[in-house]
Amino acid sequence: MKKTGAEIMWECLVREGVEVVFGYPGGANMPIYDAMLNYPIHHVLVRHEQGGAHMADGYARASGRVGVAMGTSGPGATNLVTGIATAMMDSSPVVFITGQVAAHLIGGDAFQEIDVTGITLPITKHNYLVTRADEIAEVVREAFYIARSGRPGPVLIDICKNAQIEQTEFIYPEEVKLLGYQPPARAPQADLEKAVRLIEKAKRPVILCGHGVIVSGAEEALLHFATKTQTPVASTLLGLGAFPASHPLALGMMGMHGEAHTNLAIQNSDLILAFGMRFDDRVTGNLKTYAPKARKIHVEIDPSEVHKNVHVDLPLVGDLKNVVSDLVPMVDEYDHDEWLNEINGWKYEADERSIMNWPEDGKLYVAHLIHDLWKATGGGAIITTDVGQHQMWTAQYYALEKPNRWITSGGSGTMGFGLPSAIGAWFANKDQEIWAIAGDGGFQMTAAELTTAVQEGANVKVAIMNNNFLGMVRQWQEFFFEKRYSAVNMVSPDFVKLADAHGVPARRVTTREEVDEAIQWARSIAGPVVLEFRVEKEDAVYPMVPAGASLDQMLRRPVKQ
Amino acid sequence: MQYTFIALVENKPGVLNRVASLFRRRNFNIESLAVGRTEKPEVSRMTMVVDCPNGDVDAHKIEANLYKLVNVIDVQDVSRQPSVTRDMALIKVKAAPEKRAEVNSLASIFRARIVDVATDSVIVEVTGTEEKIEGMVELLRPLGIMEMVRTGQIAMTRGANAGIRRMPGMEDNGYEYDLEAAEILS
Ligand SMILES: Cc1ncc(C[n+]2csc(CCOP(=O)(O)OP(=O)(O)O)c2C)c(N)n1
Repeated sequence: MKKTGAEIMWECLVREGVEVVFGYPGGANMPIYDAMLNYPIHHVLVRHEQGGAHMADGYARASGRVGVAMGTSGPGATNLVTGIATAMMDSSPVVFITGQVAAHLIGGDAFQEIDVTGITLPITKHNYLVTRADEIAEVVREAFYIARSGRPGPVLIDICKNAQIEQTEFIYPEEVKLLGYQPPARAPQADLEKAVRLIEKAKRPVILCGHGVIVSGAEEALLHFATKTQTPVASTLLGLGAFPASHPLALGMMGMHGEAHTNLAIQNSDLILAFGMRFDDRVTGNLKTYAPKARKIHVEIDPSEVHKNVHVDLPLVGDLKNVVSDLVPMVDEYDHDEWLNEINGWKYEADERSIMNWPEDGKLYVAHLIHDLWKATGGGAIITTDVGQHQMWTAQYYALEKPNRWITSGGSGTMGFGLPSAIGAWFANKDQEIWAIAGDGGFQMTAAELTTAVQEGANVKVAIMNNNFLGMVRQWQEFFFEKRYSAVNMVSPDFVKLADAHGVPARRVTTREEVDEAIQWARSIAGPVVLEFRVEKEDAVYPMVPAGASLDQMLRRPVKQ
Repeated sequence: MQYTFIALVENKPGVLNRVASLFRRRNFNIESLAVGRTEKPEVSRMTMVVDCPNGDVDAHKIEANLYKLVNVIDVQDVSRQPSVTRDMALIKVKAAPEKRAEVNSLASIFRARIVDVATDSVIVEVTGTEEKIEGMVELLRPLGIMEMVRTGQIAMTRGANAGIRRMPGMEDNGYEYDLEAAEILS
């Protein structure tokens, strides 16, 4: 049967199991929006395409499925760009669909013509320019497959207006045929045996658990491997939740704002098992002094990550779940008591300095209230964050037991991510409690999406950590620029009134005593709520490895008398 | 050090741009790039000569990154494989009628040909390895080179093709990493 290109596009989305798309209409995608009315897919009208992109990303991360965001040509597409790059840096499967001017106008600087495939070439896993209706079915099918398979990532489809309108025979391609795309599945047996020999020799092993563990669904395999070999597990920012925080082998977060004992364990280890992580500069510190005594095994699906930042002794290229599951029966049981005791000693020292053990001084610290939120929600909420100090404190103090509940912009560090990604996550999981933690700065970057939350009845709680500063930049200026504060002082609107204007219940909290009650109040309301916390203005995130310093050279929180 | 890669890519619009963009983004310097059709209409073949200051480590990065492109079907690093490499140049040399004989004899040493004669210049066509072409150019230079164009290097391994898709990191690709753990692994 003949259908228009736009109809074919929706038909294919339905077959991919898409339930919701986040988008914004305009001249170049009007045929798509017209056809949409006939298909059982819910459309969320966002307030800015960037918000839509983050929503699709949040949806993808919370559900493990492909998110979809749409925009029109030109400015609609360029507004998506930050969200596309964010998804790319964190390997998030999102399909972006943009309208483009008619094929015969391309290259002529037509109204709202922008070279979107050109712009997004380096920030997508793959992209397509579709000029004919009969290409659409195959392209959409491929796009979803590429987005979700292998190392996931964003795929953009730019569809010319004529291709949306033209009619063609709809033939759904049953199979995806890609000559040059075959994600590696398993590591060769010979390499697994080499890994076993390295593991055998290790006295001080440590696992570095990255986002790849969650993406490949390898949590269970990791748990078996770690317990069988008694190997402690440090997590990257995005790997949090893959290994239960309460497990005795859990070391928590590594890197720039990682825990002291975790970084010390890495620096003193003799074997690093890097599972689905990419040795980002924020987790290694100075590469020249990084884990100098450790042999390194890198389990990774993307061969271009192997030897990229850190030279490893043994790459195991393959799907992490397969590789680790294959290793579990091959390795022996170990105890590593001495090593674990040594780490525990460092941990004990670190705990003494922790802000958790500070005496009450009447001030409201983000770390404290994140801990209170963790308690109040039983540690089970989906947490999204924005970018900055609050993000690091949340990573440190909202101890995660399960995967896919921690949604934060890691690789790209995109301010404005928190609120929209929470809205997206709600569409993935409407029964789950969802909190968006944001700074006063980042919240204002995409605050307009509060209306979207209202329009959709999205049950997300927004906690604004208002320190009147661009806190993380202020902290760097304090530490590394002699406290010369430059462009970090922020006058914000009255957040409670702002929420009120959106029809969102809101409260302001200024002391620790009020925290729990305010959280419970927010939880008791169905629908969006805003809590503004007036927090300590010049607190700093500790420990901190200054950029470029060795991983064990941490600035530590001063001990409070 | 220069490495030579052969990439088979899908013959689709924009693929050259993807490859070029990758080299720019990852900060690799292409010395020469030659693209053309193959025996299969849906496949194009690229020969790339790339500067790799860090030797095998860079070569691995290039190979692995090329594989990340969806349209790339196969990559071979032929730097260490026995192969035939060819470059072609057209060189326009100043040559008044009394100098033509000299050009002719120089060209014949290199088995080059004169393919065009004008009143005061000739075009020399020379095919061969990089070194041979460099040699020809140096000899012609004193006569006055007016214009030159080169195709860039193309390469083909000798004998049967080693096969397709050796995913870097998965199988032995001949790169020499200095393995700290070599003693355990050997
Ligand atoms: C879009 C964007 N612009 C700038 C930055 C740089 N940046 C990183 S953290 C930060 C401060 C964030 O301040 P705020 O949102 O108030 O959070 P806080 O650090 O105070 O918790 C800035 C400006 C960024 N990450 N993203």
